[in-house]
Amino acid sequence: MKKLGEKLLKKKFIMSFISIFFVILLILLGISLAFKNSSSNNITLNVYNWGEYIADGTDGTLNVNEEFTKQTGIRINYSTFQSNEALYAKMQSGGTKYDVIIPSDYMISKMINQGMLRELNYNNIPNFSFIDDTFKNSNYDPENKYSVPYTFGTVGIFYNKKMVQENEDSISFNILWDKKYTGKILMFDNPRDAFAIAQIRLGLSVNSDNVNDWYRSAEELKKQKPLVQSYVMDQIFDKMGNNEAAIAPYYSGDAPLLMKRNPDIGFVIPKDGTTKFVDAMCIPKDSEHPEAAEAYINFMCRPDIAIENIKYIGYSSPESIVKENLDPEVKNSKICYPDEETLNNAQTFTSLTNEINSLIDDLWVSVKTDGDNNNPFALVLVILMFVLLYLLAVIYQKKKS
Amino acid sequence: MKLKPSAIYIIWMTLFTLIPMALVLYFAFTNPMGKFTLDNIINVGRYSSIFLKSIWLGALSTIICLLIGYPLAYMISKVNTKYQNIMVMLIMLPMWMNFLLRTYAWMTILENNGIINNILSSIGIAPLSLINTSGAVVLGMVYNFLPYMILPIYSIIVKIDKKIIEAAQDLGAGKRKVFSKILLPLSIPGIISGITMVFVPAVSTFIISKMLGGGSNILIGDLIEMQFLGNSYNPHLGSAISLVLMILILISIGIMNRFDRSSINEDYMSHH
Amino acid sequence: MKILSKIYVGVIFLFLYAPLVVLVVFSFNESKSRNTWTGFSLKWYEKLLSDTEILHALVNTLIIAAVSAIIATIIGTMAAIGITKMKKWPKKVVMNVNKLPMVNPEIVTGVSLMLLFVFAYNSIGILRPGLVTLILSHTTFCLPYVVLSVLPKLRQMNPHLYEAAQDLGCHPFKAFVKVVLPDIMPGIITGMTMAFTLSLDDFVISYFTSGTTQTLPIAIYSMTRRIVSPEINALSTILFVVVLLLLLVINFRQINELKDKKS
Repeated sequence: MKKLGEKLLKKKFIMSFISIFFVILLILLGISLAFKNSSSNNITLNVYNWGEYIADGTDGTLNVNEEFTKQTGIRINYSTFQSNEALYAKMQSGGTKYDVIIPSDYMISKMINQGMLRELNYNNIPNFSFIDDTFKNSNYDPENKYSVPYTFGTVGIFYNKKMVQENEDSISFNILWDKKYTGKILMFDNPRDAFAIAQIRLGLSVNSDNVNDWYRSAEELKKQKPLVQSYVMDQIFDKMGNNEAAIAPYYSGDAPLLMKRNPDIGFVIPKDGTTKFVDAMCIPKDSEHPEAAEAYINFMCRPDIAIENIKYIGYSSPESIVKENLDPEVKNSKICYPDEETLNNAQTFTSLTNEINSLIDDLWVSVKTDGDNNNPFALVLVILMFVLLYLLAVIYQKKKS
Repeated sequence: MKLKPSAIYIIWMTLFTLIPMALVLYFAFTNPMGKFTLDNIINVGRYSSIFLKSIWLGALSTIICLLIGYPLAYMISKVNTKYQNIMVMLIMLPMWMNFLLRTYAWMTILENNGIINNILSSIGIAPLSLINTSGAVVLGMVYNFLPYMILPIYSIIVKIDKKIIEAAQDLGAGKRKVFSKILLPLSIPGIISGITMVFVPAVSTFIISKMLGGGSNILIGDLIEMQFLGNSYNPHLGSAISLVLMILILISIGIMNRFDRSSINEDYMSHH
Repeated sequence: MKILSKIYVGVIFLFLYAPLVVLVVFSFNESKSRNTWTGFSLKWYEKLLSDTEILHALVNTLIIAAVSAIIATIIGTMAAIGITKMKKWPKKVVMNVNKLPMVNPEIVTGVSLMLLFVFAYNSIGILRPGLVTLILSHTTFCLPYVVLSVLPKLRQMNPHLYEAAQDLGCHPFKAFVKVVLPDIMPGIITGMTMAFTLSLDDFVISYFTSGTTQTLPIAIYSMTRRIVSPEINALSTILFVVVLLLLLVINFRQINELKDKKS
């Protein structure tokens, strides 16, 4: 009798468990479907952008994507990448259906060469006329068929005034190799920007087609590695903002935001030269909604939107009308809108040959794993050891039985 | 012909487990033109230090998990049955929080201006550099995978017949002897599945090292991710690295299974 | 000795819960800082609830978890029934294949599925990475767990019961529903809950097979790589409280039932 009762109880428990589980499941499904339906009657654009590269409503700014949806009814599925190379990998690994991407100059020319981008219909982008002429027909897109500039900027050095004694004028990329700051230095976590710093230090071209130049810069980066706290991208906001690190090279456009967050932070564009970049909006070849994507690009160029956007992200705008409408201290700042001399001194990345590109990939991994003994036989030895252990285990077992 | 109930399953597993594995194999032995090549496999050798480091850190955290986890599993099995369930639940509970978030929380604790160092400096001790070291990576692994060690060991120990232990004690066996002659040998199946369940994810992790290791402690997982979605796109090399990793892990599971044939097979699940 | 072991258990639990406490406490912090307390505020919770990006990711995650748990449970249960009837050799082969997704490192599973979907998309134009491929891959890594939790229950069952029901004139399907199903139900439920939770928490495999679709773990990952906002902490606190409540409800029922049994 007791057993039967137990069984019944167990059954009752199980049944109630099932019902709870299913009810929850159904509710969840219901909510999700309702959520989906509310937005399924129109197009969704997949926008793939750099991290921290759009006004998203933080601190009372305009939420650009939401505004676009409000005005057009087109929903935005917004996601972010960390580097041009990561964007390229994600596109190459196939099957992704992005409608708007924002790569930098050299990556745009690489993508054009590989037929990954779609020719834009500029009739749908009337606001392209607001872009300054100096940013049109640039060498990465000579006939300006594929891209609409989004922002531009240079690379400079962020430093924490409380931890760095040097005065601003004497700071150059050499400080990234200064042993005094061991463990306090952050470094770019993407090969092109990291190599560029070493190349500028060595007085080389950042677009060198000489294999030896790349080996030499890799050696420099290996020398630097013991001093580096970590290789990061947008995490510098976190690490510099929280006084975790003292020095970090990064993009000029992030200076206003970071300096606002942490007043101890300074930014300097090195006198001995640096790199400059233009990031531009493009549409991948396999976009499913090119017209909507063009509408989005047009929207981003619209001066009133661009002003709000630039005010938040802090990068420099290729539209004079936008620049004119910024606060005087931003507009006249040498950080965001550097003088001719600095710009002329800065190098631009161009697309490299496939051989150089794969060499960079190899060298980059070798930089990041430097300091360890990289003997290929070590791996073979390990595998052999594993196999040997396995055989020993078999023998042990045989003996036991 | 009558369709067997397992037909869909067999088709499913072929499509989504066997064919993908075959694709990894195919990619590992071809170049971008689709021609056969051994270059990828040979090139894996260049990253042997990463393999060694991953295996070393993985093994280290597995051993630490075992040393911490075994006594705990044993203690849980000793308490009142009513509290046992609660304690097991308390161990599983943190696993319900997304592991990225938990690892991220460790960043806050270990940082130079983090909680530990703040406490240390408030009592006048010089700050330690904790984050961005291999030690932090091991800590992250131990933290994330410790429950996988405790639970299988616990579920074995709790099944051991108390009478056997009592009998041994009656026959005059001391505590140490009871442990080494009875408890330990009987709990080996749990230890084995614990070791595999910790070692496999620890060796192949790619987030923990990124978050706590400071980007210069890269492990096999990071290397594979770099080849597929990271800074150096090369799925062929990535597949070759995955293949070598898979072989290493299959061999180590083979070794483990030799010591106890019942681990990771259907019997393991029935312990739950 | 007793006290020592209590301290030991206490230290381990401190270790397990310290990060969670940190996350929860700083979700109520006023400023953005991750390590300095500036005052109590609920603003990160408000922000979170108006963050459509995260809410959409949450919805995707729930859809994927629910659908793949259901599919995996149905296919897995049928598979388990088939496997018990198999001969020795086919059974061994199937059981070994079943182990593969469990013992394979997650990253290798993710990468291999990514290769499959990309191959399928590039050659036949189907299975473009997105919601569908996420469901397919989640079902794949959940299936073995369902099979393994149903199998032991089937083995414990008395095989003659099913035959007896049929002998007594019961339709095979009805016999299955009336006789077999109730007996293996606990196994099915374990499998389904396991599948559901595994899918909810999965990051690595989703990361490689998601295409442009965002799930919660993927959104969290990209959040940890940008300016980190305490919204993350708020989100984890909410998730944690929900899970805690669910588990408490279930556990209280169990304890009550234990008490009922004893009395």
